[in-house]
Amino acid sequence: MAKTSVWSDNRFWQRSAAWITGFAAVLLIWLTFDTAGQISMGTDADLQNKVTKRVPGPTVINYKITYEMSTKRGHEVPVIGEKEKFFGRDDWSEEEAGALLHLGKLGSQTKNCMNCHTLLGNGAYYAPDLTKAWLDPAWQNDGTMQAMTGKSTKEEAMAEFLQHPSTYPTHARMMPDLGITAEEAKGLVAFLKHMSSIDTNGFPRNFGKIQGAVNGK
Amino acid sequence: MASNHLTGIGSESKQLATWYFTFAAIIFGAQLLFGLVAAIQYVMPGFLFELLDFSVARMLHINALVVWMVFAMFGSVYWLLPDETGIETIGIKIGKLLYWVFVAAIVVVILVYLFIQVGPADETSIWFIHEGREYIEAPRWADFGIVVVALGFVANLWLTGFKGKNSGIVTVLMADMIAFAGLYLAGMFFTDNITVDQYWWWWVIHLWVEATWEVFVGAIAAYGLITMIGAHRKVVEMWLWIEVAMLFGSGILGIGHHYFWIGTPEYWWEIGALFSALEPLPLVAMFIHVLYDWGKTQGAQDATGQEVSVINNKPAFTWFVLNAFGNFLGAGIWGFFHTLPQVNLYTHGTQFTSAHGHLAFFGAYATILIGMMYIAVQGTNGIKIMKNTRASLWAVSLIVGGVMGMTIALTIAGYVQVLVSRAQMGATWAGYFDGQSGMWFAQAMDWRLFMGAITFLGFLFLVKDLLSTGKNPVHER
Repeated sequence: MAKTSVWSDNRFWQRSAAWITGFAAVLLIWLTFDTAGQISMGTDADLQNKVTKRVPGPTVINYKITYEMSTKRGHEVPVIGEKEKFFGRDDWSEEEAGALLHLGKLGSQTKNCMNCHTLLGNGAYYAPDLTKAWLDPAWQNDGTMQAMTGKSTKEEAMAEFLQHPSTYPTHARMMPDLGITAEEAKGLVAFLKHMSSIDTNGFPRNFGKIQGAVNGK
Repeated sequence: MASNHLTGIGSESKQLATWYFTFAAIIFGAQLLFGLVAAIQYVMPGFLFELLDFSVARMLHINALVVWMVFAMFGSVYWLLPDETGIETIGIKIGKLLYWVFVAAIVVVILVYLFIQVGPADETSIWFIHEGREYIEAPRWADFGIVVVALGFVANLWLTGFKGKNSGIVTVLMADMIAFAGLYLAGMFFTDNITVDQYWWWWVIHLWVEATWEVFVGAIAAYGLITMIGAHRKVVEMWLWIEVAMLFGSGILGIGHHYFWIGTPEYWWEIGALFSALEPLPLVAMFIHVLYDWGKTQGAQDATGQEVSVINNKPAFTWFVLNAFGNFLGAGIWGFFHTLPQVNLYTHGTQFTSAHGHLAFFGAYATILIGMMYIAVQGTNGIKIMKNTRASLWAVSLIVGGVMGMTIALTIAGYVQVLVSRAQMGATWAGYFDGQSGMWFAQAMDWRLFMGAITFLGFLFLVKDLLSTGKNPVHER
């Protein structure tokens, strides 16, 4: 019988496949444990003690959020600043803010936001990305959206738009009326504000630079 | 009763396979129809506004895509099991029952998507309407149903694999399909933390599409080469093991390319860049594998002095060769060119992704699954050599031309979006619509719609061909 090479031996390749797959899977699981620790949601105490978390706690809605260039990291990062009123209050407790975020996250799924918009860049591309929507110049004090809804704060303008989207068209491609109630709208805005505080490693880059959204201007 | 692949008659497993293929083809049609609705809405935003909005059309488009492919995958396995194991599939009665459960569940889910669409922001909507999470929107009651059906399918595969002859192809499928079913569990919970949500969501989507589904394709390609051109089993299975090593070796950690911007740590930049850069390599290997085995067996045939093609199923083999090209081009090339973080920072979540998605799902999966449908048509009709008909050729030309056209149009749209909305305007609301209103973008969307219509026309030819070619006298019986 002729001597055969290991390279043409199916058993060798079968074992290689098993070892490589096992190794990759173990590495992924190990990295998942590390990542899970880093992406778990922070607490109110973290926010008060200025502990930076990749995903801050729900009470982040009590603070002003900006998106600023970090020279150390070479890209923009969300910065949590001084207290800022959210629907007239800056003392939302951990429970209240958590309940609002829960309602908003649930709403973002039940209203099917992701099948038009992208969130953290994932979803459909029919409507604008919502990752940093809270920081969008259009909703600021002199922004077009705030003017159109006739409201005097960002959160009220957003909530009004969400409840009656087809009343305030911004483009021929309009957002449909999804039956969003006043309470749901409040939750959705809290969800959007919370999402804008997530550290996305600089995505989207130069967010609104031309319109002055970067560096809190 | 075991059966030869050319005579599917008498095998209950093969009969069940044809049921799966039939429902898959129907849902494939639904996918294209709702894709057309969504494409029209890009061009005419008022189309069906507040009746069947883009969000609903798109959800149906992508869910139908997943469902028809899963159905065709289950069908493919039920088709090849008797050939590979030499015995009839065990638990076929339960398999048939689960098929009807699955079909009924899908129909109910589709009707709810169509007529209820959205619910209040509470858990009942998640349980009974949809979960609003791209690709895995199925409501929670259906999630549990899907798990039960998938477990029944995996049980049939495992029991049959253990009792019958255990080929390399069956071994790979046994390992692959249990991973496929298990990963679905990672997408079945709710969390307020969208970063955690997206982290596990990718375990389902990425590890399905870029790991377990690709390995599935490798196994199906191996089966196809053995049955259609008589390729040598040892050679084919050796390629298969190498492909499995490369696909899982690159694909599992390639998940890192989805963890660049969702709130996950920076080390995923390096891991994602490295492993996803390796991801095209197995696709090159699969491409070479198909052409190499074809050339090898044909060359051996030619050496006998007769001018005879080794291919006993021309339309199926055409789709298998298209799979080799399309997988490499759509998943490999179109995937690679926006996979590095330096590029992806600007292209993430734009029409680039859509261009890649269209060509990759088509090239890597649709092609080979359509090929399996032709193999089933050959087998159920007892055809020795199956030839192309006029309709087969129209189907393949129009579908491939249409999908390539859509891909090119969406790539151009992606360029405009990246340059205007992202690089220049920094991804704001106003910047987004500046990009969408550009002339190049608008024209690209017109072309996408036109090419989508071409694809649908090709689908009609495909259905006609699949339904009628079995009885056509051009084939050798």
